[in-house]
Amino acid sequence: MSSLFSSHCRSDAPAGRRPFLGGLLAIALLRPAAAATETMQAAIRGFTGGVAPQPGGVTLDIPPLVENGNAVPLTVEAESPMTEADHIRAIGIFNERNPQPHVLTAVLGPWSGTARIGTRIRLATSQRLVAVAALNDGSFRFAEAQVVVTLAACVEG
Amino acid sequence: MARTLLRIPATAARGEVVEIRTLIQHPMETGYRPGADGTVQPRDIIRRFTCHYNNRLVFEAALHPAIAANPFLSFTITAAESGILVFTWEGDNGFAQTETRALEVV
Repeated sequence: MSSLFSSHCRSDAPAGRRPFLGGLLAIALLRPAAAATETMQAAIRGFTGGVAPQPGGVTLDIPPLVENGNAVPLTVEAESPMTEADHIRAIGIFNERNPQPHVLTAVLGPWSGTARIGTRIRLATSQRLVAVAALNDGSFRFAEAQVVVTLAACVEG
Repeated sequence: MARTLLRIPATAARGEVVEIRTLIQHPMETGYRPGADGTVQPRDIIRRFTCHYNNRLVFEAALHPAIAANPFLSFTITAAESGILVFTWEGDNGFAQTETRALEVV
């Protein structure tokens, strides 16, 4: 594969220009995604107070393909005995590519019985969603889901 | 008064975990959407939802423009004793609504 590419380079472009253009293209394509991820990561850091959440222990249930982004059902459930000594105290939901990274922040406690919340959300475009659960011992767990949206929210006037 | 839809079991066993589902009629205008005249409509959302069970806060949620119109929320509580559930929604432009329901523990 690399030999094919380099021979093509030699044939019609001055040495060094193709990789440069390729690099430029890669930056142009990747930059919005990186910026969106950074906005979401900043929102998650704001929720966790800078602690990095660990994967696992949380289920984020959302359809992987939705036709209409105006109301997408979503359920978040965190595994926890929900006792005084070991419970989930909050759940935060974040998105990557809506105008704002926050979706919902919920406060729970041992009286909740289960750490399960459901709602309906808007999705501006196909994107990644992250649910973060805050444990009472100060640690955080997260789950993520990728959603493809065929008709976005907020497009019709 | 906005219409609300609350689904709560009328009775529950002591210690039973009951699911509560709430829905309230509200446009949840995002503040990003142009209206019929082409100007961007100002934001008008519900920002906070709370549920008190016998005057104790058992569930609280902060809502953002990414929540769909007519916000739906479901959560669970442990039925400890018979009492009153008070649901409140607060939002932009002074929006505030309170609904109460009785929960009987048998």
